Amino acid sequence: MKLPPNATWKQVALGGIIDEPGTSADYRTADWRTHIPVMNWDKCIQCLRCWIVCPDSAVTVADGKVTGFDLDHCKGCGICARECPPKVLAITMVLESTIKEAD
Amino acid sequence: MPRVAMEGNQAVAYAMRQVKPDVVAAYPISPQTEVVQAFADHVAAGEVETQYVAVESEHSAMSACIGAAASGARTMTASASQGIALMWEILYIAAGMRLPIVMAVINRALSANINIHCDHSDSMGCRDTGWLQIYAEDVQEGYDNMIQAVKIAERCSLPVMSCLDGYVLSHAMETLETADDDKVVGFVGAHKTAHSLLDLKHPVTFGPIDMTDYYFEHKRQGLAAYEGVAEVIEEVGTDFGKMTGRPYGLVDKYHLDDAEFGIIAMGSGAGTAKDVIDSLRAQGKRVGLLKLRSFRPFPARVVADAVSHLKALAVLDRASSPGAIAGPLFIEVTSALYLGNSTVPVQPYIYGLGGREFGPELVERVYAELPAITGNGRQLLPVHYLGVRE
Repeated sequence: MKLPPNATWKQVALGGIIDEPGTSADYRTADWRTHIPVMNWDKCIQCLRCWIVCPDSAVTVADGKVTGFDLDHCKGCGICARECPPKVLAITMVLESTIKEAD
Repeated sequence: MPRVAMEGNQAVAYAMRQVKPDVVAAYPISPQTEVVQAFADHVAAGEVETQYVAVESEHSAMSACIGAAASGARTMTASASQGIALMWEILYIAAGMRLPIVMAVINRALSANINIHCDHSDSMGCRDTGWLQIYAEDVQEGYDNMIQAVKIAERCSLPVMSCLDGYVLSHAMETLETADDDKVVGFVGAHKTAHSLLDLKHPVTFGPIDMTDYYFEHKRQGLAAYEGVAEVIEEVGTDFGKMTGRPYGLVDKYHLDDAEFGIIAMGSGAGTAKDVIDSLRAQGKRVGLLKLRSFRPFPARVVADAVSHLKALAVLDRASSPGAIAGPLFIEVTSALYLGNSTVPVQPYIYGLGGREFGPELVERVYAELPAITGNGRQLLPVHYLGVRE
């Protein structure tokens, strides 16, 4: 059952049941993030280590290559930056508010 | 309809066997122990095909019940006192997930100090959990209510506590009429649910995270679920009457309509009051009783209409609410009277805590005291304690 935006109490499912699988992808879990991963594509060696270690599956991959970050689900934990190989260090965690100010 | 002699606990277990639950998960505690013991005997003897789950605590018992009920199984349990207190956080989850679990509550006092005897503080402690609460006056009602509770729970998608006074009824041998097994099966019918955790072709999530954006809507919906519950209790009670000759409603009036002085009570205390009313009526005194069967939902309008003509009313609580104006039943009743624009003077009483004997002399004392408050109108009177050493 797909709920309309701002569904009323008469529209929500009985007892808050979710009657289809995989809907967590629709739910933005990134609200409390303070830091955002920023990739330096010149440095990235496509080892996919960040993709392996991300606890939220928020590193996006296409055709076997990292393409960026799913910012609806990245919580800004910084594990990707920490685990990026020491000789590479392609990912930097940046305070998100400073980026927005720059925009 | 066979007439048999049974203790209250055995009668509850007998009703559970007849209802044929798919799953029972329970942990023993006085004075409920005999319910699960007798039911486990029914399972062991092959008299009922139930998955009986012996768990390590009441917290686990209710958790297992929730898992079973979410999978679509007809699920029952039983507990009392500290056991229910340990279940407390899980009780809210059962109701919030709209699971029709039925629990026999064999009412017992809460610690401290340790006491295994009857009062209503355990079920009153979970007054706001979202469970329905139905109270029995005697063993017959304890048996009858267990069967009706299943139908009420499944029709409303809400969990139900079927309450029976510990020891006073749970261990009292009474003759009662039981319904035939096939009639009970026909009465409760098949249990069907819209969703099941075990339906792998249609995966569902029960009890997901619910933040500031949806929690309030789901709570509001759960509150609305109660709107039709009173009618369901009455319908099921009427249907039960057609099957057994014993119809049930939200309340039971005893010599109340022409009474001048009345008592409101729940559970076995109501039976004691009826005996006293019989003898006082024989002396020409116009006294009556409103026995409350359904505490959740609280039938406010029914209560207000039933007692507004009285010269004075006594509300008998078998539980206390420290810091409140009086016991929990008093608070509900006076709210109902306020909304019903009734000005009948009400005297709050607290009786029977920790199983303190509630004999006819105490009911006589209540009826002897009530004339003195006639004409008082709306006024908060100090609580009178029945049977305590002053």
